[in-house]
Amino acid sequence: MTATNIISALLLVALIVLLLPRARQMVNESPAAQPGDWQGFILPLIAVALFVLLLMKMV
Amino acid sequence: MPTQIASIRSASAAVTSTNKLIRNTYTLLAMTLLFSAVTATLSVLLRMPPMTYLVSVGIAIALMWLVLPRTAQSASGIGVVFAITGLLGFALGPILGMYLKLPHGPQLVATALGGTGIIFLGLSGYALTTRRDFNFMGGFLFVGMLVVLGASLANIFLAIPAMSLAVSAAVVMLMSGFILFDTSRMVHGGVDNYILATISLYMNIFNLFISLLQLLGIANDD
Repeated sequence: MTATNIISALLLVALIVLLLPRARQMVNESPAAQPGDWQGFILPLIAVALFVLLLMKMV
Repeated sequence: MPTQIASIRSASAAVTSTNKLIRNTYTLLAMTLLFSAVTATLSVLLRMPPMTYLVSVGIAIALMWLVLPRTAQSASGIGVVFAITGLLGFALGPILGMYLKLPHGPQLVATALGGTGIIFLGLSGYALTTRRDFNFMGGFLFVGMLVVLGASLANIFLAIPAMSLAVSAAVVMLMSGFILFDTSRMVHGGVDNYILATISLYMNIFNLFISLLQLLGIANDD
């Protein structure tokens, strides 16, 4: 276990502590999805995944 | 009739306010990205040691956590945003230096940079033009981020290469989701402060770039 690992772990714990209240608030306050909302979200993410795969093939 | 005129004026003021928020956010984002590029170049040229990354990111997180919320409503918030983005750019120096030493390193970094730009412009453009409301994704994205941070924390001790690959792929997808979410929040009134909107979008781009660079580095046999 190096000093770099320990500092990395501390930074990640700090980030988790920082995000936890915001995540809790988001889970409680996010509006419910309307029909078609998920489709409108998933399709661009599939396009991103395919684009990243293309980039990985190219390098 | 006076009620209708007041309603039209109110709607018009809301549209003007949203357009101003979007314009200010993208202007500040472009300036901070440029500033980050300068500090990253400086960090590469100075051949900063690997610890620079952790120290710079640590200070940037402290500024985001302790200083930015208190200054975001004033002009000094802009200075804090530049300090945070400058530090994060400087943090990239050791990582970029390591990749640039690889045989196809410059090509790899350029591909990651171009890929990040295309993904950001494509997704942000999609959210702005379709004007879809992605606010319903908030809980899902934040919980996903916590899971990924937990997995990253575990992998510091486990050191499993496949897990590192999975975390990078998950971060790319999550940051893509956050770009849609944060852009949509500007359009649909979830955020009304361009300084906070800028830092959210900047963090999405920063994390997307690092994860994409890691994925491309793994894909490249060198």
